[in-house]
Amino acid sequence: MSFQIIEQSTKYDVCIVGSGAGGGMAAKILADKGFKIALVEAGPNFDPANPEQRTQLRWPYESPRRGASTVRAFGDFDMAYGGWQIDGEPYTKAPGTEFDWFRSQMVGGRTNHWGRISLRFGPLDFKRKDFDGKGDNWPIGYEDVRPYYDKVDKLIGVFGTKENIPNEPDGFFLPPPKPRLHELYLKKGTSKVGIPMIPSRLSILTKRVNKKRQACFYCNQCSRSCSVYGDFSSSSVLVNPAIETGNVDLFTNAMVREVITDENGKASGVYYINKEDGKDYRIKAKVVILAASACSSARILLNSKSTTHPNGLANSSEVVGKYLHDSTGASRMAFMPELMDRKRYNEDGVGGMHMYTPWWLNDDKNLGFSRGYHIEYWGGMGMPSYGFGFNTEFLHTLAPQVLGDRKAGGYGVGLMQDVKRFYGSTLGMAGRGESIPRAENRCEIDSQKVDKYGIPVLKFNYKWSEEEVKQAAHMQDSFEAIIKSIGAIPLGDKPGKETNYGLENPGRIIHEVGTTRMGADATTSVLNEYNQAHDVSNLFVVDGGAFVSQADKNPTWTILALAWRASDYLAEEMKKGNI
Amino acid sequence: MDRRESLKTLIIGGAGTTMLLSCRIDDKPDTVGISENIESDFDYGRTPEEERWDENLMSEQFYTENELATMAILADIIIPGQGDYPPASKTGITDFIEFISKDIPEHQTPMRGGLRWLRTESHKRFDKDFTEISSEEQLKIVEDIAYPMDVKPQFSQAAIFFSRLRNLVTTGYFTSKPGIEFLGYMGNKPNVWDGVPQDVLDEHGLAYDEKMLKVAIKPEERNEIEDWNDYIV
Repeated sequence: MSFQIIEQSTKYDVCIVGSGAGGGMAAKILADKGFKIALVEAGPNFDPANPEQRTQLRWPYESPRRGASTVRAFGDFDMAYGGWQIDGEPYTKAPGTEFDWFRSQMVGGRTNHWGRISLRFGPLDFKRKDFDGKGDNWPIGYEDVRPYYDKVDKLIGVFGTKENIPNEPDGFFLPPPKPRLHELYLKKGTSKVGIPMIPSRLSILTKRVNKKRQACFYCNQCSRSCSVYGDFSSSSVLVNPAIETGNVDLFTNAMVREVITDENGKASGVYYINKEDGKDYRIKAKVVILAASACSSARILLNSKSTTHPNGLANSSEVVGKYLHDSTGASRMAFMPELMDRKRYNEDGVGGMHMYTPWWLNDDKNLGFSRGYHIEYWGGMGMPSYGFGFNTEFLHTLAPQVLGDRKAGGYGVGLMQDVKRFYGSTLGMAGRGESIPRAENRCEIDSQKVDKYGIPVLKFNYKWSEEEVKQAAHMQDSFEAIIKSIGAIPLGDKPGKETNYGLENPGRIIHEVGTTRMGADATTSVLNEYNQAHDVSNLFVVDGGAFVSQADKNPTWTILALAWRASDYLAEEMKKGNI
Repeated sequence: MDRRESLKTLIIGGAGTTMLLSCRIDDKPDTVGISENIESDFDYGRTPEEERWDENLMSEQFYTENELATMAILADIIIPGQGDYPPASKTGITDFIEFISKDIPEHQTPMRGGLRWLRTESHKRFDKDFTEISSEEQLKIVEDIAYPMDVKPQFSQAAIFFSRLRNLVTTGYFTSKPGIEFLGYMGNKPNVWDGVPQDVLDEHGLAYDEKMLKVAIKPEERNEIEDWNDYIV
């Protein structure tokens, strides 16, 4: 059979690659404005209300592995199709460097399982270079994005409280849920050691924002994606309404290989491989928006080589793939004797912490590192899954009083009772910090390797600097102070220098951004301040790739705001005939 | 898991959702149907690839009959049950360990080796297989390997095996339906969170402050659609 590329007969106004936060938002905004859209997704269709895909409200014993994380990286019920490795779609790392890349291929992408932590960047976060001389400023500031944060808050819904903290802007907040017991202990403890704790800001509906989505029913399972749409997933909240306009054709299991350009170097569509029939297809569009995730979009651009774009598309600056950066992460667990023998009640709450610690030392210039971190907490009487009850003998050594004349470990009714007594007495905390973007931390095309579709794969090259290591050391000190402040016992040894203070590998926090950064100077950035490629006026990138720096804030809320802003700009430019 | 059992769970899940739907403001339930469409053998939301993977693992057998019988005895020594709560062997524990040992192959060699050690030890001491000796004799061996922080040098490897087994039995039991009931986990169902119960707050000497009580969601308002008109950021 001869090789043939099948052309779609429709010429779309806009082809959007990826249906996560950025792609979903662009699809929703542009579909509402009447544009004809091809929405192209590498994975299958997904709707959290689809009973065949539902994992919400399932019990561990419904899974033969009791929820273990062998098949899905965050456990059997987590709603991400993909993971750290995908069969037939490898990536490589330069020797001596580390990067772990999490991909979720399904409608809605990683928004189906994410932590719903929805933080605005503050004024300082857009202009960090002005403050510490490192990295680069964004070409825009908080006031440019603020109207879009407001719109996102109202459209999608986020709970929180007005706190008037300078670099933690307040928004349109739904009422927060009351803290859980361990969170009350933590609040009391942290206030004694000068570390603040405020209600968390999560895109979960404690009240409704429209008639299509119900309020949260407190099952704690946002990572499974909510069947009544009580949390934000791009699939249920953006893609579904976009499709309902009748303006969107959704292409699923469609793996985009490259962006096609015409003789003038303008984008004219995309080539994709249909994973179901294995054939190549072409979609024609007046505008192409990439939202495939920071690294996937960079990969598509770098693979879109032509005579007019020999380095890959939109890459005259040679910045595509560079300045890749993830949040830093480190964590610690603790055992709190006062939380043994707890009275039972349903403590599930929302899918995540009810309180957190925003970065509190912006004014301290003597820390030895430049950028901050926030602290997330977990604990409580959660649903058991694989791993529950492991190493009870270790808890025995920390609370020998439960043993009487027995010895640590053991068996029998005594052991059963011990597990019951320890239930809900462990908790943990994790720092999520800002790293400093550097050009040498990058993804590029591996000249030696292709995936099973024949698409050249990414090679990562990423190393933490002393900045991030010192920040992790500070996190560990904070964790110990917090644990001590509530009278708890830290578990395991304090991570030290030999492990970079427990600093996770780059990529591990799944906040990777920066690979197609925006900027005013076309020689040092890929996109302009509206996420539009400097080199190709009808090409946009609306995922985390556009970030100049990522604050210690989880990137999703900013991706959503910028994607909306870019979509408004694109619509105006098309109306004016500029695109 | 038994298909009837999973069906029952599904219907419970469906009923819960239906209860919630009664709280809806609009009357068109566009997110129902959770209890419909349950044709697949694995109905916990698998993708076709995942379903094939599970089926593949289930079609293989790792442990021998003797190993499974030995594990069932050990499981009931570790978790004997109490009152109305059954012992581990009645909660599908060997099915779980059989499956997880194929799913996480790192378990295979230490488990097989540990069970083999146990058989040898039983023959050495009592000249019979572990499954054929008396409960008292079984406990004599278990006593030597059940306390990892206090074990004689000649039993150190066996104690590591027993700790692994204790982990698997404990996790298997407390993720089973009776185990979850014994533990007293009360969630995984639609409900309305309104904070820590007052008697628990009192017991721990904690309280919600005025600000929190003022801003927190009031359960009776949860079905209202938020009105931003008077909201000032």
